[in-house]
Amino acid sequence: MLAMVIKEFRQLRRDHRTLAMLIVMPLLMLTVFGYAASFDVPEVRTVVVGPGAEQAAGSLPEQLEVVAMRPSDGRTEAVEELRDGKATVAVVTGAQPAVLVDGADLFGARAAVQAFSERAAASSGTQAGPAMRPEVLFNPDLETSAIMIPGLVGIILVFVGTLATSLGVVRERQSGTLEQLAVMPLRPRDVFLGKILPYFAVATVDLVVILGVGIILFDVPFRGSPAVLALASLEFLFVTLGFGVLISSVSENQGQAIQLALMTLLPQVLLSGLIFPLQAMAAGVRWIGYVLPLTYFIQISRGVMVRGAPLEALVFPLTALAVLGLVVFALAVVRFRRDLAPADRGRRHRRTEAAPAAGGAR
Amino acid sequence: MNRGGSGPAATGSFGVDDLTVAYHGRVAVAGVDLEVPAGTVTAVVGGDGAGKTSLLRAMVGAVPPERGRVRRPSSTQIGYLSAGPGVWRDLTVAENLEFSGTAYGLGGRALRERADRLLARTGLAGAADRLGAQLSGGMRQKLALAMALLHEPALLVLDEPTTGVDPVSRAELWRLVAGAAAAGAAVVLATTYLDEAERAAWVLVLDQGDPLLAGAPDELVGGVPGMMFDSPSRPDRGASWRRGARWRTWSRDGGAAPPGARRVDPDLEDAVIVAALDRHARAAAGARDGRAA
Repeated sequence: MLAMVIKEFRQLRRDHRTLAMLIVMPLLMLTVFGYAASFDVPEVRTVVVGPGAEQAAGSLPEQLEVVAMRPSDGRTEAVEELRDGKATVAVVTGAQPAVLVDGADLFGARAAVQAFSERAAASSGTQAGPAMRPEVLFNPDLETSAIMIPGLVGIILVFVGTLATSLGVVRERQSGTLEQLAVMPLRPRDVFLGKILPYFAVATVDLVVILGVGIILFDVPFRGSPAVLALASLEFLFVTLGFGVLISSVSENQGQAIQLALMTLLPQVLLSGLIFPLQAMAAGVRWIGYVLPLTYFIQISRGVMVRGAPLEALVFPLTALAVLGLVVFALAVVRFRRDLAPADRGRRHRRTEAAPAAGGAR
Repeated sequence: MNRGGSGPAATGSFGVDDLTVAYHGRVAVAGVDLEVPAGTVTAVVGGDGAGKTSLLRAMVGAVPPERGRVRRPSSTQIGYLSAGPGVWRDLTVAENLEFSGTAYGLGGRALRERADRLLARTGLAGAADRLGAQLSGGMRQKLALAMALLHEPALLVLDEPTTGVDPVSRAELWRLVAGAAAAGAAVVLATTYLDEAERAAWVLVLDQGDPLLAGAPDELVGGVPGMMFDSPSRPDRGASWRRGARWRTWSRDGGAAPPGARRVDPDLEDAVIVAALDRHARAAAGARDGRAA
């Protein structure tokens, strides 16, 4: 048995990826569950509008963080602020006072509703008065499915884009056919696109099916423009497919590819705001979330589907996704090309070059 | 080590000049010259790690040369059978051929006719609908060779096409290879089987990445110095090695046969072993001289 134990330790010592996973995963779990796994939103972004904005802002529950005061605005502008994702709560003062809450920000909305309920229970004659009863917009019943399914679309795209693509490319390497492709008169671009387009198509079908099921079975609203969601999905797929190809380029077999794909999937699930709200995370961990593509896709999918946010309101997450897509996809193309056109690489870098084709025809 | 004037006509042939291939600083092939003329079969032989695969990979452009020159046709004119199976396991035999043909610009009737002809010649016609994963080792090699031959390439590069293949299938594979050469293709193949290499017009022997011998098989065999003996047991003198159930003994200086041994003519295997022994003896002597100095 001792011999078996020694053999196992020797193998483990040389399996750097598994070793890294065994060490990194507990640390990641500790960090995530210590600093990120919280549903309690400490500060809820709030805008206050109307003639009494300044006075109302001073009397709001402590949990509400006023990010803007606009005395000249009214209810219409307040609703737009929420729809565009600029705040979770909008307090409207004036002739028809109201507290509007964005139900798409589930945990922020719940925190705000609870804060106002506690305020109402504790004092019955404050300046805000009985008019300050929250009115939840976009997701009035604060349904979890309404915010989870738009996020789930992103997870499916990560799964198909990253895991399936990396497995598909690694299978070629493992079976020795990638070298066959490299020698065939195919341009690396054609091989690359030919390899990822089927996964792109499968991911698109998955996307439509998930959305259809979500809308029909779970009554998830779709208030915004399908074109905006399609654009975001396209950008997001570029990132996930690029990740898939990158993973395949550093994996020698399918087991390694699955390991790496899971290592990219897990942080995205935990730190993107899909489950735990970003506002509830410690600042350091939250910033990890800001470099993850799923974070921006979720902002867009929830914005489009639940709040009906227009394109202009989603310029930042769309741009972030585009930048991430460009960087990851470019890296993937470079790595893939290195596998498929090694002779070209040699021609560029070596002192003495390989001769061009010598008289092909017989 | 150039084929020079003694080999087949080199005009318009493919090959490598002073080729060195290295992986992460580790040299796999060092300073190799090789001509692969059209219409002939050239064999690259050597043991495990001799550099055969690296040489062939450099020839087809799958690995960049560290130094030297590779002369090859355009990729549309190269047929390659890699050291791995090189067959898509989850495609059928017919689908493998169809994909390969399409990649090389074939299509329609021409592709169907060539594929049918090769399926018939390789004996795979009855297995056209079987998945690559369901083929035996020999059938898979035949399919890989058929895929390499499908577009009738000017340069056919085959990395150990018969390794792990039964004797009958080996003979069939060789028939296809010889047929391609007879049709005008320049064929270069790596093999560990020296009886196969004897069929080639030219043989390059590699030893740990270095060229050890090169020439026509007859020239290599005729150039073995000293005498070769065959005996049923290991003699007590001379350099000896097993050949099946018997022993071969080589004596550089000739002389009388060891007791119980009879003199025999060397073959290609003997020539390669003698060259390797000779090199190692010279290397050992060089090391001794170095220490003495």
